[in-house]
Amino acid sequence: MSANSVAFAYLIASVFFILALKGLSSPLTARRGNLFGMVGMAIAVITTLTITKNWALILACIALGGTIGAAVARRVQMTAMPELVAFMHSLVGLAAVFIAIAAVNNPASFGLPAILPMGSKLELFLGTFIGAMTWSGSVIAFLKLSGRMSGAPITFGGQHMVNLILAIVMVGFGLWFFFSETTNWTAFATMTAIAFVLGFLIIVPIGGADMPVVISMLNSYSGWAAAGIGFSLGNPMLIIAGSLVGSSGAILSYIMCKAMNRPFLSVILGGFGSEGGAVAAAGDGTQKTHRSGSADDAAFLMGNADSVIIVPGYGLAVARAQHSVKELAEKLHEKGVNVRFAIHPVAGRMPGHMNVLLAEAEIPYEQVLEMDEINSDFSNTDVVLVLGANDVVNPAANVPGSPIYGMPILDAHKARTVMVVKRSMAAGYAGLDNDLFYMDKTMMVFGDAKKVVEDMVKAL
Amino acid sequence: MIGEVDPTIINLTVFVLAVFVGYHVVWNVTPALHTPLMSVTNAISGIILVGAMLAAGPAETDWGVWLGAVAVTLAAINVFGGFLVTQRMLEMFRKKDKKGS
Repeated sequence: MSANSVAFAYLIASVFFILALKGLSSPLTARRGNLFGMVGMAIAVITTLTITKNWALILACIALGGTIGAAVARRVQMTAMPELVAFMHSLVGLAAVFIAIAAVNNPASFGLPAILPMGSKLELFLGTFIGAMTWSGSVIAFLKLSGRMSGAPITFGGQHMVNLILAIVMVGFGLWFFFSETTNWTAFATMTAIAFVLGFLIIVPIGGADMPVVISMLNSYSGWAAAGIGFSLGNPMLIIAGSLVGSSGAILSYIMCKAMNRPFLSVILGGFGSEGGAVAAAGDGTQKTHRSGSADDAAFLMGNADSVIIVPGYGLAVARAQHSVKELAEKLHEKGVNVRFAIHPVAGRMPGHMNVLLAEAEIPYEQVLEMDEINSDFSNTDVVLVLGANDVVNPAANVPGSPIYGMPILDAHKARTVMVVKRSMAAGYAGLDNDLFYMDKTMMVFGDAKKVVEDMVKAL
Repeated sequence: MIGEVDPTIINLTVFVLAVFVGYHVVWNVTPALHTPLMSVTNAISGIILVGAMLAAGPAETDWGVWLGAVAVTLAAINVFGGFLVTQRMLEMFRKKDKKGS
């Protein structure tokens, strides 16, 4: 194919990628969107094949990677989606580094001049360092999410200073790489190695509860890495696809930070999880009383209500109670109760995670509402059932001076009756006592979420 | 605008415009589908496969080609895994309340 036809085919592929994301604006068009994405990718790959040799090697590698990818996609548990996503980010990062090294080794195969111009060197530097950081950062995120490494933030004195010095040294080696007349492998390799270490150091101090932000951020990085390689190769399709992914990840990070009421910078600088514990211990010392009841009482109340809103938290997913909850919702539905689910943006371990978990349990998505859609309905609701959620229903967020003041919450406290299923009275991730638990209209049901919900289903 | 424009400037133009497109398209994604959004963008960032193929593609075989081949494999895991897991998730978001209500 001529260079122009290749560029034109790449343009078509780019448009398909934009349409793929556009399709996700509604569950009705989402599957078509995903299909557009696949078509775009197929066009891109086939077009590229026409301008490369070594077909046997390339096709064999695609077949190998494709088989692994397909197997992983089929087997992964929906609760493990965050790990899978982190794992895949790491692959993009590593691939970006390998491509950049190959480009420095043999610029001609990418249509670059044999002696790399300064501009290309700068672009390769950016692609490599973002790619390397994405790789090591994602590996740490993967280890933390899958529980192979403690989720607790790992901090040491002078951490930020160390990172800053490393970053400066890395840029120094980058400059040496630019200004060397021949290919300076020493500078390039040292810079890449420092970038790997930096990615590791940046993610290590971030606590497990901040993972939704981290994972969105790495999503963004993986996009920028692809865009960076696009710059090096002068390939607009890579730039477009990379930028789409990059901005998507950036927006998701912003949404997550906003939902947690945390400035982005403080999440990135890390170490939050440890401070939370100290606040919890403080408390105000006064003994507050709460009312507790059995699953049977709760079932009775819900059975006689007109409307019930269920607020699921990550505790629900940990207890693997989604399917029991679905049964509960169906039972109530049969009794003519209007049952709906209210999802807080940080209800899972990655953006939109809870929606997927509920969808997996075959709960119709029409019953699952976002915070903004449902918040005004709480005051007209008979019963709210809080399952494994805590901070996201803490009315302290409305009290100036509270550490979580300003955090958007689900207004569960406005409902006529509130039922909270929890293992104990322990504080949530923010380490705050929750006044909701001590309100006169609140009934606590203690126990494992799955067991309690099953008992409720039986009682109905 | 007399003379030749540096390709980097053209790339930068494409980049800035693409960021704007991405920004607007992504804000329209319904929050319920943010996890599929993440997995599909994962698959799309597998577009780096194209760069990997070029690295693995030159006629004369040296170690750079093998590095490219590894990159092709990694990127292909992303592309296939990303699109297929997205499809699997989106299947779950089909309307299912026909029998219930």
